[in-house]
Amino acid sequence: MAKILAAGTVAPGFKLRVTADQWLSLSDLKGRPVILAFYPSDWSPLCADQMVLYNEVLPDFRALGAELLGISVDGVWSHQAFAKDRHLHFPLLSDFHPKGAVARSYGAYREDEGVCERALFVIDGNGVIFWSYLSPIGVTPGADGILEALEALSNQSKQDGQAEGSSHAA
Amino acid sequence: MARLKVPVTPHDHIRGPADAPVTLIEYGDYECPYCGAGDEMIRELQKHFPGRLRSVFRHFPLYEVHLNAEAAGQAAEFAAAHGRFWEMHESLYQNQERLGLPLLFELAKDLGLPEAELRRVLDTGEYAPKIRDEARGGVRSGVNGTPTFFIDERRFDGPLTFDGFVAAIEARLDPKPSLWSRWLGRRT
Repeated sequence: MAKILAAGTVAPGFKLRVTADQWLSLSDLKGRPVILAFYPSDWSPLCADQMVLYNEVLPDFRALGAELLGISVDGVWSHQAFAKDRHLHFPLLSDFHPKGAVARSYGAYREDEGVCERALFVIDGNGVIFWSYLSPIGVTPGADGILEALEALSNQSKQDGQAEGSSHAA
Repeated sequence: MARLKVPVTPHDHIRGPADAPVTLIEYGDYECPYCGAGDEMIRELQKHFPGRLRSVFRHFPLYEVHLNAEAAGQAAEFAAAHGRFWEMHESLYQNQERLGLPLLFELAKDLGLPEAELRRVLDTGEYAPKIRDEARGGVRSGVNGTPTFFIDERRFDGPLTFDGFVAAIEARLDPKPSLWSRWLGRRT
Protein backbone atom coordinates (compact mmCIF):
# COMPACT_ATOMS: atom_id res chain seq x y z
CA MET A 1 0.00 0.00 0.00
CA ALA A 2 1.22 3.47 -0.82
CA LYS A 3 2.44 5.87 1.79
CA ILE A 4 0.63 9.15 1.36
CA LEU A 5 1.93 12.59 2.27
CA ALA A 6 1.26 13.42 5.91
CA ALA A 7 -0.05 16.51 7.66
CA GLY A 8 2.50 19.31 7.85
CA THR A 9 3.95 18.61 4.39
CA VAL A 10 3.81 21.33 1.76
CA ALA A 11 1.24 20.18 -0.81
CA PRO A 12 2.95 19.52 -4.16
CA GLY A 13 1.76 22.01 -6.75
CA PHE A 14 0.04 20.87 -9.93
CA LYS A 15 -1.71 22.09 -13.02
CA LEU A 16 -4.22 19.67 -14.50
CA ARG A 17 -6.91 19.68 -17.16
CA VAL A 18 -10.49 20.12 -15.98
CA THR A 19 -12.00 20.14 -19.46
CA ALA A 20 -10.53 19.89 -22.96
CA ASP A 21 -9.53 23.55 -22.89
CA GLN A 22 -9.46 24.49 -19.20
CA TRP A 23 -6.71 23.94 -16.67
CA LEU A 24 -6.69 24.34 -12.93
CA SER A 25 -3.69 24.70 -10.67
CA LEU A 26 -3.56 24.32 -6.93
CA SER A 27 -2.13 27.83 -6.60
CA ASP A 28 -5.35 29.22 -8.20
CA LEU A 29 -7.09 28.30 -4.97
CA LYS A 30 -4.55 29.69 -2.54
CA GLY A 31 -6.06 31.43 0.48
CA ARG A 32 -8.79 28.90 1.16
CA PRO A 33 -8.90 25.24 2.17
CA VAL A 34 -8.88 22.70 -0.64
CA ILE A 35 -10.11 19.12 -0.44
CA LEU A 36 -8.28 16.80 -2.82
CA ALA A 37 -10.14 13.53 -3.31
CA PHE A 38 -8.13 11.01 -5.32
CA TYR A 39 -10.25 8.09 -6.54
CA PRO A 40 -9.52 5.10 -8.79
CA SER A 41 -11.94 5.72 -11.65
CA ASP A 42 -15.08 7.32 -12.97
CA TRP A 43 -18.23 5.22 -13.32
CA SER A 44 -18.23 3.12 -10.19
CA PRO A 45 -21.75 1.89 -9.29
CA LEU A 46 -23.94 4.88 -8.66
CA CYS A 47 -25.30 4.35 -5.16
CA ALA A 48 -21.89 3.62 -3.66
CA ASP A 49 -19.99 6.26 -5.59
CA GLN A 50 -17.69 8.48 -3.57
CA MET A 51 -18.06 11.50 -5.87
CA VAL A 52 -21.88 11.23 -5.79
CA LEU A 53 -21.72 11.25 -2.00
CA TYR A 54 -19.36 14.23 -1.81
CA ASN A 55 -21.56 16.08 -4.28
CA GLU A 56 -24.39 15.76 -1.75
CA VAL A 57 -22.17 17.09 1.03
CA LEU A 58 -20.82 19.94 -1.12
CA PRO A 59 -22.93 22.67 0.56
CA ASP A 60 -21.43 21.68 3.93
CA PHE A 61 -17.89 21.74 2.51
CA ARG A 62 -18.51 25.17 0.99
CA ALA A 63 -20.05 26.45 4.22
CA LEU A 64 -16.64 25.75 5.76
CA GLY A 65 -15.03 27.78 2.98
CA ALA A 66 -13.50 24.80 1.20
CA GLU A 67 -13.22 23.88 -2.47
CA LEU A 68 -13.52 20.24 -3.50
CA LEU A 69 -11.47 18.74 -6.33
CA GLY A 70 -11.85 15.14 -7.51
CA ILE A 71 -8.78 13.61 -9.20
CA SER A 72 -8.42 10.39 -11.17
CA VAL A 73 -6.41 9.20 -14.16
CA ASP A 74 -9.49 9.26 -16.42
CA GLY A 75 -9.43 11.54 -19.44
CA VAL A 76 -11.35 14.80 -19.66
CA TRP A 77 -14.11 13.38 -21.85
CA SER A 78 -14.80 10.59 -19.39
CA HIS A 79 -14.85 13.15 -16.57
CA GLN A 80 -17.22 15.35 -18.54
CA ALA A 81 -19.69 12.54 -19.25
CA PHE A 82 -19.45 11.22 -15.69
CA ALA A 83 -19.99 14.66 -14.13
CA LYS A 84 -23.00 15.27 -16.38
CA ASP A 85 -24.53 11.86 -15.66
CA ARG A 86 -24.13 12.24 -11.87
CA HIS A 87 -24.95 15.99 -11.74
CA LEU A 88 -21.63 16.82 -10.11
CA HIS A 89 -21.13 20.48 -9.17
CA PHE A 90 -17.37 20.49 -8.58
CA PRO A 91 -14.34 20.02 -10.86
CA LEU A 92 -12.90 16.63 -11.74
CA LEU A 93 -9.21 16.86 -12.60
CA SER A 94 -7.57 14.59 -15.11
CA ASP A 95 -4.22 13.17 -13.98
CA PHE A 96 -3.91 11.63 -17.42
CA HIS A 97 -0.60 12.71 -18.89
CA PRO A 98 1.94 11.90 -17.68
CA LYS A 99 -0.36 9.32 -16.19
CA GLY A 100 -0.77 9.55 -12.42
CA ALA A 101 2.08 12.03 -11.97
CA VAL A 102 0.19 14.19 -9.48
CA ALA A 103 -1.18 11.19 -7.58
CA ARG A 104 2.37 9.82 -7.39
CA SER A 105 3.64 13.13 -5.96
CA TYR A 106 1.10 12.74 -3.13
CA GLY A 107 1.96 9.06 -2.62
CA ALA A 108 -1.54 8.21 -3.76
CA TYR A 109 -0.89 6.08 -6.85
CA ARG A 110 -1.45 2.34 -7.09
CA GLU A 111 1.49 1.36 -9.24
CA ASP A 112 0.31 -2.21 -9.81
CA GLU A 113 -3.12 -1.18 -11.04
CA GLY A 114 -2.25 2.13 -12.64
CA VAL A 115 -4.98 4.07 -10.82
CA CYS A 116 -5.22 6.54 -7.95
CA GLU A 117 -5.75 5.31 -4.42
CA ARG A 118 -8.81 6.45 -2.53
CA ALA A 119 -6.87 9.12 -0.69
CA LEU A 120 -8.08 12.37 0.84
CA PHE A 121 -6.16 15.55 1.59
CA VAL A 122 -7.28 18.76 3.23
CA ILE A 123 -4.87 21.55 2.31
CA ASP A 124 -4.89 24.82 4.21
CA GLY A 125 -4.94 28.29 2.67
CA ASN A 126 -1.13 28.45 2.73
CA GLY A 127 -0.77 25.28 0.69
CA VAL A 128 0.23 22.98 3.56
CA ILE A 129 -1.41 19.59 4.07
CA PHE A 130 -3.53 19.84 7.22
CA TRP A 131 -4.99 16.31 7.16
CA SER A 132 -4.66 13.24 4.99
CA TYR A 133 -6.31 9.84 4.87
CA LEU A 134 -5.73 6.69 2.85
CA SER A 135 -8.75 4.42 2.63
CA PRO A 136 -8.30 0.65 2.83
CA ILE A 137 -8.80 -1.02 -0.56
CA GLY A 138 -12.44 -1.86 -1.17
CA VAL A 139 -13.79 0.62 1.38
CA THR A 140 -15.14 3.95 0.19
CA PRO A 141 -14.37 6.74 2.63
CA GLY A 142 -17.30 8.80 3.84
CA ALA A 143 -17.21 12.57 4.26
CA ASP A 144 -16.99 12.56 8.07
CA GLY A 145 -13.19 12.80 8.26
CA ILE A 146 -13.10 15.69 5.79
CA LEU A 147 -15.72 17.66 7.72
CA GLU A 148 -13.95 17.10 11.03
CA ALA A 149 -10.63 18.22 9.49
CA LEU A 150 -12.20 21.36 7.98
CA GLU A 151 -13.75 22.24 11.33
CA ALA A 152 -10.44 21.72 13.15
CA LEU A 153 -8.71 23.87 10.53
CA SER A 154 -11.32 26.59 10.91
CA ASN A 155 -10.96 26.54 14.73
CA GLN A 156 -7.19 26.68 14.45
CA SER A 157 -7.36 29.65 12.09
CA LYS A 158 -9.64 31.46 14.53
CA GLN A 159 -7.25 30.79 17.43
CA ASP A 160 -4.27 31.92 15.33
CA GLY A 161 -6.19 35.06 14.44
CA GLN A 162 -6.87 35.72 18.13
CA ALA A 163 -3.25 35.09 19.10
CA GLU A 164 -2.08 37.44 16.36
CA GLY A 165 -4.56 40.06 17.52
CA SER A 166 -3.37 39.86 21.15
CA SER A 167 0.33 39.99 20.21
CA HIS A 168 -0.38 43.14 18.22
CA ALA A 169 -2.14 44.56 21.27
CA ALA A 170 0.90 43.73 23.44
CA MET B 1 -13.51 2.57 11.85
CA ALA B 2 -16.56 4.73 11.25
CA ARG B 3 -18.99 4.89 14.16
CA LEU B 4 -22.63 5.83 14.52
CA LYS B 5 -22.73 9.37 15.93
CA VAL B 6 -26.50 9.58 16.31
CA PRO B 7 -27.72 6.99 18.84
CA VAL B 8 -30.89 5.01 18.18
CA THR B 9 -33.85 6.38 20.14
CA PRO B 10 -37.54 5.44 20.35
CA HIS B 11 -38.13 8.22 17.78
CA ASP B 12 -36.41 6.08 15.16
CA HIS B 13 -38.31 3.75 12.86
CA ILE B 14 -37.70 0.40 14.52
CA ARG B 15 -38.73 -3.02 13.24
CA GLY B 16 -38.52 -6.05 15.50
CA PRO B 17 -38.32 -6.39 19.30
CA ALA B 18 -37.41 -3.20 21.14
CA ASP B 19 -35.19 -5.12 23.59
CA ALA B 20 -33.26 -7.09 20.95
CA PRO B 21 -29.56 -7.38 21.82
CA VAL B 22 -28.38 -6.35 18.35
CA THR B 23 -29.52 -3.41 16.20
CA LEU B 24 -28.98 -3.17 12.46
CA ILE B 25 -29.20 0.44 11.30
CA GLU B 26 -29.60 1.21 7.63
CA TYR B 27 -29.10 4.56 5.94
CA GLY B 28 -31.04 4.17 2.72
CA ASP B 29 -32.74 5.77 -0.24
CA TYR B 30 -36.06 4.63 -1.73
CA GLU B 31 -34.79 4.87 -5.28
CA CYS B 32 -31.60 2.88 -4.66
CA PRO B 33 -31.93 -0.65 -6.06
CA TYR B 34 -29.38 -2.06 -3.59
CA CYS B 35 -31.48 -0.71 -0.71
CA GLY B 36 -34.52 -2.43 -2.19
CA ALA B 37 -32.71 -5.75 -2.34
CA GLY B 38 -31.25 -5.10 1.11
CA ASP B 39 -34.65 -4.60 2.71
CA GLU B 40 -35.74 -8.12 1.83
CA MET B 41 -32.49 -9.46 3.22
CA ILE B 42 -33.01 -7.58 6.51
CA ARG B 43 -36.37 -9.28 6.98
CA GLU B 44 -34.74 -12.66 6.31
CA LEU B 45 -32.05 -11.84 8.85
CA GLN B 46 -34.71 -11.01 11.41
CA LYS B 47 -36.27 -14.45 10.79
CA HIS B 48 -32.83 -16.01 11.13
CA PHE B 49 -32.28 -14.31 14.52
CA PRO B 50 -35.78 -14.41 16.05
CA GLY B 51 -36.12 -11.95 18.92
CA ARG B 52 -32.45 -11.01 18.75
CA LEU B 53 -32.27 -8.47 15.94
CA ARG B 54 -34.09 -5.19 15.48
CA SER B 55 -33.67 -3.01 12.43
CA VAL B 56 -33.73 0.75 12.10
CA PHE B 57 -34.21 2.73 8.91
CA ARG B 58 -32.89 6.27 8.44
CA HIS B 59 -33.20 8.42 5.35
CA PHE B 60 -30.24 9.09 3.12
CA PRO B 61 -31.65 10.29 -0.21
CA LEU B 62 -29.11 10.99 -2.96
CA TYR B 63 -30.95 14.15 -4.00
CA GLU B 64 -28.88 14.85 -7.12
CA VAL B 65 -29.23 11.46 -8.78
CA HIS B 66 -32.41 9.92 -7.36
CA LEU B 67 -35.07 12.48 -8.14
CA ASN B 68 -37.95 10.53 -6.56
CA ALA B 69 -36.16 9.54 -3.39
CA GLU B 70 -37.02 12.52 -1.22
CA ALA B 71 -40.73 12.54 -2.08
CA ALA B 72 -40.84 8.81 -1.33
CA GLY B 73 -39.16 9.50 2.01
CA GLN B 74 -41.79 12.12 2.78
CA ALA B 75 -44.56 9.67 1.94
CA ALA B 76 -42.97 7.19 4.35
CA GLU B 77 -42.85 9.85 7.08
CA PHE B 78 -46.47 10.74 6.36
CA ALA B 79 -47.37 7.06 6.80
CA ALA B 80 -45.33 7.03 10.02
CA ALA B 81 -47.46 9.86 11.40
CA HIS B 82 -50.37 7.42 11.03
CA GLY B 83 -48.43 4.53 12.55
CA ARG B 84 -47.93 2.81 9.18
CA PHE B 85 -44.27 3.50 8.40
CA TRP B 86 -43.08 -0.05 7.80
CA GLU B 87 -46.02 -0.96 5.57
CA MET B 88 -45.31 2.05 3.38
CA HIS B 89 -41.56 1.40 3.53
CA GLU B 90 -41.87 -2.19 2.36
CA SER B 91 -44.41 -1.33 -0.32
CA LEU B 92 -42.15 1.41 -1.69
CA TYR B 93 -39.32 -1.08 -2.10
CA GLN B 94 -41.56 -3.82 -3.48
CA ASN B 95 -42.85 -1.44 -6.17
CA GLN B 96 -39.58 0.40 -6.70
CA GLU B 97 -39.63 0.08 -10.49
CA ARG B 98 -42.79 2.24 -10.52
CA LEU B 99 -41.47 4.86 -8.05
CA GLY B 100 -43.01 8.28 -8.67
CA LEU B 101 -45.87 10.45 -7.45
CA PRO B 102 -48.69 8.21 -8.76
CA LEU B 103 -47.25 5.27 -6.80
CA LEU B 104 -47.08 7.32 -3.58
CA PHE B 105 -50.78 8.15 -3.83
CA GLU B 106 -51.66 4.59 -4.78
CA LEU B 107 -49.84 3.15 -1.76
CA ALA B 108 -51.38 5.74 0.56
CA LYS B 109 -54.81 4.76 -0.73
CA ASP B 110 -54.05 1.05 -0.22
CA LEU B 111 -53.23 1.84 3.41
CA GLY B 112 -56.41 3.90 3.77
CA LEU B 113 -54.46 7.11 4.43
CA PRO B 114 -55.94 10.52 3.56
CA GLU B 115 -54.95 11.63 0.05
CA ALA B 116 -55.42 15.34 0.79
CA GLU B 117 -52.98 15.17 3.67
CA LEU B 118 -50.34 13.42 1.55
CA ARG B 119 -50.78 16.10 -1.10
CA ARG B 120 -50.29 18.80 1.53
CA VAL B 121 -47.21 17.06 2.98
CA LEU B 122 -45.61 16.82 -0.46
CA ASP B 123 -46.50 20.43 -1.33
CA THR B 124 -45.20 21.93 1.89
CA GLY B 125 -42.23 19.62 2.35
CA GLU B 126 -43.25 19.15 5.96
CA TYR B 127 -40.84 16.25 6.54
CA ALA B 128 -38.01 17.53 4.34
CA PRO B 129 -36.02 18.97 7.29
CA LYS B 130 -36.32 15.69 9.22
CA ILE B 131 -35.04 13.75 6.21
CA ARG B 132 -32.17 16.17 5.65
CA ASP B 133 -31.21 16.05 9.34
CA GLU B 134 -31.12 12.26 9.28
CA ALA B 135 -28.91 12.33 6.20
CA ARG B 136 -26.59 14.90 7.81
CA GLY B 137 -26.25 12.67 10.86
CA GLY B 138 -25.43 9.83 8.49
CA VAL B 139 -22.66 11.85 6.84
CA ARG B 140 -21.18 12.55 10.27
CA SER B 141 -21.25 8.85 11.06
CA GLY B 142 -19.34 7.94 7.91
CA VAL B 143 -22.12 6.89 5.54
CA ASN B 144 -20.28 6.13 2.30
CA GLY B 145 -23.06 5.32 -0.14
CA THR B 146 -26.47 3.71 -0.09
CA PRO B 147 -27.19 1.53 1.64
CA THR B 148 -24.75 1.96 4.53
CA PHE B 149 -25.29 -0.33 7.50
CA PHE B 150 -24.21 -0.07 11.10
CA ILE B 151 -24.33 -3.07 13.43
CA ASP B 152 -24.93 -1.38 16.77
CA GLU B 153 -22.52 1.56 16.62
CA ARG B 154 -20.02 0.23 14.08
CA ARG B 155 -20.20 0.70 10.34
CA PHE B 156 -20.41 -2.64 8.60
CA ASP B 157 -17.79 -2.71 5.84
CA GLY B 158 -18.06 -6.43 5.12
CA PRO B 159 -19.75 -7.95 2.11
CA LEU B 160 -23.43 -6.99 1.84
CA THR B 161 -24.53 -10.62 1.65
CA PHE B 162 -26.77 -12.67 3.91
CA ASP B 163 -23.79 -14.74 5.10
CA GLY B 164 -21.69 -11.62 5.64
CA PHE B 165 -24.35 -10.14 7.94
CA VAL B 166 -24.99 -13.43 9.74
CA ALA B 167 -21.29 -13.72 10.63
CA ALA B 168 -21.11 -10.13 11.87
CA ILE B 169 -24.32 -10.39 13.90
CA GLU B 170 -23.25 -13.70 15.43
CA ALA B 171 -19.99 -12.05 16.45
CA ARG B 172 -21.98 -9.34 18.24
CA LEU B 173 -24.25 -11.86 19.96
CA ASP B 174 -21.30 -13.91 21.17
CA PRO B 175 -18.40 -11.50 21.68
CA LYS B 176 -15.89 -14.20 22.69
CA PRO B 177 -15.31 -15.60 19.22
CA SER B 178 -15.14 -12.05 17.94
CA LEU B 179 -12.21 -11.36 20.26
CA TRP B 180 -10.53 -14.51 18.96
CA SER B 181 -11.28 -13.48 15.45
CA ARG B 182 -9.33 -10.28 15.99
CA TRP B 183 -6.29 -12.31 16.99
CA LEU B 184 -6.71 -14.89 14.29
CA GLY B 185 -7.55 -12.36 11.61
CA ARG B 186 -10.72 -14.16 10.62
CA ARG B 187 -13.58 -16.04 12.19
CA THR B 188 -13.46 -19.75 11.48
